[in-house]
Amino acid sequence: MANGRRQKRKKRIGRMSVGDWAFEIVNHTLLILLVIVTLYPMINTLAVSLNDATDSLKGGIYLWPRKFSLENYKFVFQESNIANAALISVLRTVIGTVLTVFCSAMVAYTISRPEYVLRRFVTVIFLLTMYFNGGLIPTYLLMRNLGLIGTFGIYIWPNIIGAFNLIVIRTFIENLPSSLIESAKIDGAGEFRTFVNIVLPLCAPVLATVALFTGVWQWNSWFDVFLYNSSKEHLSTLQYELQKVLAFSNASMQRIDFQAAAAQGASYQKVTPYAIRATMMIVVSVPVIMVYPFLQKYFVKGMLIGGVKE
Amino acid sequence: MDNNLALTKTATSTKQKPKGRKSFFKLLVQQRALVLMSIPFVIWVIIFKYLPIWGWAIAFQDYKPAKSFWEQEWVGFEHFKFLFTNERFLLVLRNTIVMSLINLVLGFVTAISLALMLNEVRNMAFKRTVQTISYMPYFLSWVVAAGIIQNILAVDGVVNDLLKFLGLIEEGEEILFLGIGEWFWGIYGASIVWKNVGWNTIVYLAAIAVIDPGLYEAAEIDGAGRFRKMWHITLPGIRNVIIVLLIMNIGYLLESGFEPQYLLGNGMNIDYSENLDIFVLNYGIRLYNYSLSVAASIFKTVVSFILITAANSIAKRIGEVRLY
Repeated sequence: MANGRRQKRKKRIGRMSVGDWAFEIVNHTLLILLVIVTLYPMINTLAVSLNDATDSLKGGIYLWPRKFSLENYKFVFQESNIANAALISVLRTVIGTVLTVFCSAMVAYTISRPEYVLRRFVTVIFLLTMYFNGGLIPTYLLMRNLGLIGTFGIYIWPNIIGAFNLIVIRTFIENLPSSLIESAKIDGAGEFRTFVNIVLPLCAPVLATVALFTGVWQWNSWFDVFLYNSSKEHLSTLQYELQKVLAFSNASMQRIDFQAAAAQGASYQKVTPYAIRATMMIVVSVPVIMVYPFLQKYFVKGMLIGGVKE
Repeated sequence: MDNNLALTKTATSTKQKPKGRKSFFKLLVQQRALVLMSIPFVIWVIIFKYLPIWGWAIAFQDYKPAKSFWEQEWVGFEHFKFLFTNERFLLVLRNTIVMSLINLVLGFVTAISLALMLNEVRNMAFKRTVQTISYMPYFLSWVVAAGIIQNILAVDGVVNDLLKFLGLIEEGEEILFLGIGEWFWGIYGASIVWKNVGWNTIVYLAAIAVIDPGLYEAAEIDGAGRFRKMWHITLPGIRNVIIVLLIMNIGYLLESGFEPQYLLGNGMNIDYSENLDIFVLNYGIRLYNYSLSVAASIFKTVVSFILITAANSIAKRIGEVRLY
């Protein structure tokens, strides 16, 4: 009896039953569908951006360009404001990320020291900021009083340290072998030296995660540009320029409307808002899409550290 | 920074454990390197995050931007009274809560389903490829996502093309999806899922990964099939994570997001797309009614604060009980 049952089980493990086959097929089909739904809009946008602008208005472009042209990209990068916006986007991303990573790690290091007398005070004052915020208008008035409106600093100063990043890095440091930090101290290194020479390099995985989150956040921000710097052309960013194009070509509009608009404006003979929009969507997304897959193993871990301790 | 370094050199004795009789200030001097490394940022956080609370006073004044703070007329809770009798505000509140709930329910169901589906894939290369691709929309900005959604839902977009191909609508009957107010919540839900579902699986997949493989083997010996294993082992195994995340998310009930509603909203769907954040923005920036705008954002912050604090303490209690 028992023997027979075991044999039956072996059979089931060795060869899949009909039900298993059906499940495998349905499961894989659904996952492939998910991949298509995720990728198709980007591929379609890429195809439109690489297609002749007036030709795109006829519609019917799906996976690849019909009349290949680089005119859209040429236009986008020669439009001086967009080149400048790209520069501002890069600057705010680089400066903002470097500053956030360094400062967050430094404060995280201090609140990871068990002997630090202000440890609780510093931790709580940062943690509380996760639970409330001043709101739009009070923050706006503060920025005005600080003289940050209409400056590049508005992208950097309000965003130096986030409570979530702080907790993630602190948890990581607390899990490092304490002997490393102790031995550095015995060798006569001060707190700052210990932090820079010992702790920072050991934190590379978690700092990569924080850098990715901060970098993506900075790169993708447009609301602060809209709110504080919308009258300063030279401080505009790529995302905000794209947002303006989107707002102009409202959801209700069709390509046909653009055609009429294109016919009217003589300067827009080669390009159309529809094509510009697709091109800018690609320009804005490519850096992010190129970076995140390489940091995948870090951010997956980083997410979990954050999840474990609040 | 050099200055900092010089100071830290004299403070190497900080590694000694603090002794009870040592005075607080003595320790503070001894640990001045740590103090110097953290206190500037405490000042920063007080200025940038705590100081704006002072501006809440505006909600209790009849604020005129031309006058100074002390010249403003105080009106007590008048703006709050106005809010709660204002039809628009109540509509906006409804939209906020409904969209939050949609986000919550859809977000959980889709992420858990996808995590279970991915967990059943044996081919590691396929699994990893699907995962990597599914994270992509999370990293795209909402501006790009809104552009994509507008494109595919346009009258000449791919969704209408598909409906025509399937014969569900005729040429000339194309649907203007974003122009139908009642459909906005559905579009919002689908957009949120599209953008976040892959990302949200990370935590569930990690929870599934630590389930004892012995349990599955035992179940297999008992003759449990794939679905019974999912139901009796995988789901109970990630139950704690689900419960804790669910409670935490309920804390963010009034935080239904701002960008998707703002970027996808238009004159035709505004009765369904406008939420609290947009209301605050409209009254504050467009209509210059600072007092009403601040009153609305105070309401939001206070309710959120209560909800999040409650949710956190409940989650912690459950977490402790369930995590042995």
